[in-house]
Amino acid sequence: MKSGWLLWLPLALFAALGALFLGGLLHPEERVITSKMIGKPLPAFTLPQAASDRPALVSAEFAQGKPRLLNIFASWCVPCAAESPQLMALAQAGVPIDGIAIRDAREDVDAFLARWGNPYSHIGLDARSSVQIALGSSGVPETFLIDGQGRIVFQHVGDIRAEDVPGIIAKWKAAQ
Amino acid sequence: MAMKSKHQRLVLAIVAIVAVIGAGLLAASALKDEAAYFYAPNEVKVKGVEPGKAIRLGGMVVTGSLRKEADGVTIAFDVTDGKATVPARFTGIAPDLFREGSGVVAEGAFDKGGTFIATNLLAKHDERYMPRELEGMDYNAATHEMKAEK
Amino acid sequence: MIAELGLAALWLAASLALLQLALAAFGLKQGREDLLGGVRPVAVTQALLVALAFLCLVLLFLRSDMSVLLVAMNSHSAKPWLYKFAGTWGNHEGSMLLWVTVMGVAGAGVALFERTLRRDTHMATLGAQAAISLGFYAFLLFSSNPFARLDPPAPDGQGLNPLLQDPGLAFHPPTLYLGYVGLSVAFSFAVGALMTRNVDAAFARAMRPWVLGAWVLLTLGITAGSYWAYYELGWGGWWFWDPVENASLMPWLAATALLHSVTVLATRDALRAWTVMLAVVAFSMSMVGTFLVRSGILTSVHAFAVDPERGSFILALLAIYIGGALALFGLRVGTVREGEQFEMMSREALLVVNNLLLTVILGVVLIGTLYPLMTEAFGHKVSVGPPYFDRIAGPLALILMLAMIVGPLTRWRRDRAGVVAGRLLWPAIVMLGLVAVLAVTAWGRIGVLPFLGLVVAGGVALGSLIPLTKRNLRRTPLFIWGMVIAHLGCAVSLAGMASESAFNVEKLIAMAPGDSVETAGWTVRFDRVAPIAGDNWTAMQADVSASRGGATARLRPQSRFFTSPPTTTTESAILTKWDGQLYVVLGDRLDDGRWQMRIWWKPFVTLIWLGGVLIALGGVLAIIGRERRGWALKLRQIRAGEFG
Repeated sequence: MKSGWLLWLPLALFAALGALFLGGLLHPEERVITSKMIGKPLPAFTLPQAASDRPALVSAEFAQGKPRLLNIFASWCVPCAAESPQLMALAQAGVPIDGIAIRDAREDVDAFLARWGNPYSHIGLDARSSVQIALGSSGVPETFLIDGQGRIVFQHVGDIRAEDVPGIIAKWKAAQ
Repeated sequence: MAMKSKHQRLVLAIVAIVAVIGAGLLAASALKDEAAYFYAPNEVKVKGVEPGKAIRLGGMVVTGSLRKEADGVTIAFDVTDGKATVPARFTGIAPDLFREGSGVVAEGAFDKGGTFIATNLLAKHDERYMPRELEGMDYNAATHEMKAEK
Repeated sequence: MIAELGLAALWLAASLALLQLALAAFGLKQGREDLLGGVRPVAVTQALLVALAFLCLVLLFLRSDMSVLLVAMNSHSAKPWLYKFAGTWGNHEGSMLLWVTVMGVAGAGVALFERTLRRDTHMATLGAQAAISLGFYAFLLFSSNPFARLDPPAPDGQGLNPLLQDPGLAFHPPTLYLGYVGLSVAFSFAVGALMTRNVDAAFARAMRPWVLGAWVLLTLGITAGSYWAYYELGWGGWWFWDPVENASLMPWLAATALLHSVTVLATRDALRAWTVMLAVVAFSMSMVGTFLVRSGILTSVHAFAVDPERGSFILALLAIYIGGALALFGLRVGTVREGEQFEMMSREALLVVNNLLLTVILGVVLIGTLYPLMTEAFGHKVSVGPPYFDRIAGPLALILMLAMIVGPLTRWRRDRAGVVAGRLLWPAIVMLGLVAVLAVTAWGRIGVLPFLGLVVAGGVALGSLIPLTKRNLRRTPLFIWGMVIAHLGCAVSLAGMASESAFNVEKLIAMAPGDSVETAGWTVRFDRVAPIAGDNWTAMQADVSASRGGATARLRPQSRFFTSPPTTTTESAILTKWDGQLYVVLGDRLDDGRWQMRIWWKPFVTLIWLGGVLIALGGVLAIIGRERRGWALKLRQIRAGEFG
């Protein structure tokens, strides 16, 4: 058959499709929305207490000369549970961490912390996501690094994985 | 009209290839008109979008800009990306997560006066971050998203 | 222990799949009958083992064993048992295990029941089936072990999400999966036939029940998914051309084409290469669909977890199987003897038209679905939505439906155009009559596509019944009934779609309790709104009374607020009448005490899903009609203790 090359056309079309898929996998669409607040001062807020054995959280906490992490989480958020070992590791490395619980209830937060560990020194309750929005955060979990002057220097979107921990510690040290 | 025995297979193969190419051309011509490009307000300002062309507009809802009209089902608001701001209107039931200061993707087209008439609002939601380790959650996330989007 | 037993069974099943592949490959290559003799028993044993593994996972879910990670992540001890059961496959690992289980059981079915196929083709088919299973076993064992332990065990599970406790959601995904797996069997047959250069009518008859079965399940899955999206999302639409929906539609389109071409091959021994090609395309569309859904490279309202690793794995399997099969096609199909000839005016030719149109629609849907991915490579963000798909797929589908009237009325091999035209008289009269009626009553009020849709639906409805005329209905073979009912189902579904888009009436209004509104012949009164609480949600529930012609019905749409995780959902209320559905959604409360209310009257919208069920029923009748005698024979043989 002279038209033998025709038989290979389907394979060629499929190869093009495969290349497209591979491209899509290697360069995932930019899904992360970074905050417009990076480099700007932390918005002022006062949040009520979210957990029974941790004090409430006010923004003034972040302007006392020492850089701190601000972790946005929720007891109903599964990825937040997944990142808890990494937060515990950060706390053990001496990084102070404060938390904001989004749309949560105190008994749920208590149960969550009892189950997954409590790396926080203060936890504020943001029942209507208002501080979260003011921070330019669009989901949970997210983690911000605030320098000692109350400026947002870095944002980590999504759960913190084990491989992210050294980088975050380095950034925290650099902010000192 | 009998086809010669030798040629029928070749004819069928050629017809099939013509069909596949035809599908491609058909798709390409329609995509030129119907694919909705994603614009941020500043791109609208810089590049310009002709009225009536279906696009997606994404940005933040400007705090203080949300107004409800008297009919109770139309809202007007401004969308910004920090560089430019575009007025938008939407008639319908807005999704739960749609509020001032939060992210939004609006589907629709500009009218002649430069207002974006949204036919659909997609609000950003919380459950986008699923770690690899928690693979089992995908189905939950799926349903959850479907519910949470509107 | 159960988890370890399951894992052990899974490993054993995987090694047996490897053995099955090796036995078939070496046995065929060296012509060693002693090796080939082992293939069938191994296939059956493999199926039993993988079924055991699946059973173990089901047990773990039913017992809420929280020391198993998958159970802890997806289940909860307080769930009703049905949802614990369904939870087994309501997650990635479990659904993959279900996939290999069904694949193994289907392979055992091919091993046990297939007796007409040439022996070498049969063995090659089982070898190919083992090769496909092997890829999925590797996927499970190396990257998604469903039996992984959690240490220490969780006090209770995470998955008490009430949104998942929906019967539709529990059984919709496995239905589609079964359909995909059925197509994998057709694919194995095609590969087996190419390997042994044995593409003929007997091969088509062996493959046909699997294609039909897969197609029935895909039809049901898509129909159920469409209705689920319709009542659950509260957007009033029944198809959104979302990537996840397209992922299920594309295999269906390919399977529909395959179903028709395999019939040509089985009946007339024509379209050999084409049928093999379609079998490969159909399964590759299942894999592409799974890839698109699981890898998350396309954003969708149904977005699943984004996981590049899983995506890469599925892509690798896709490349190996489909690439391999297409290469084999290129190498071998030239050596397959050409099938029987047919004339331009014959049922074969019309089925070729059916196949070409389905292929074009498939191509258009595929390109539209992937276009955002293509443009992204060049830095543009694009979304392709209903306007594109409606504009192209709509007219093509209508042409396809017209061919559907002509096909069954045309003879195999050769027919005379004049005679065929004579048989088309009544459908033509019906369509012209509908044009006249619609032109007078609805001209200018309805779009071109719905207008033509209603006309064609009428023609197909009548045309689909014509093959029954001049027949003794009791003696009409069941597969003819199957074809007639499936085609009638297409007409019914099309009528529903066209009617919904032509005559749909929407009212969007803010109402205070006590207000009434008139729409589409209904008087809808908003009586009151009151809070109501469920297990882990609170809701505002509206009491709405809808009356028409003296009869009044109550509807109770809700706006629900869930506590964990916090989300608001709308629960639409739907009133079904013989001539349509009244669909009410409660929106937000306004500051002045009014509530947003969205009311649709959708005339004859239920026909869409009724048609889908009819199409599937037609498929079931066709399977029974074609296979009944063969099954009875095989059962007798098996009972008599014959094996091999």
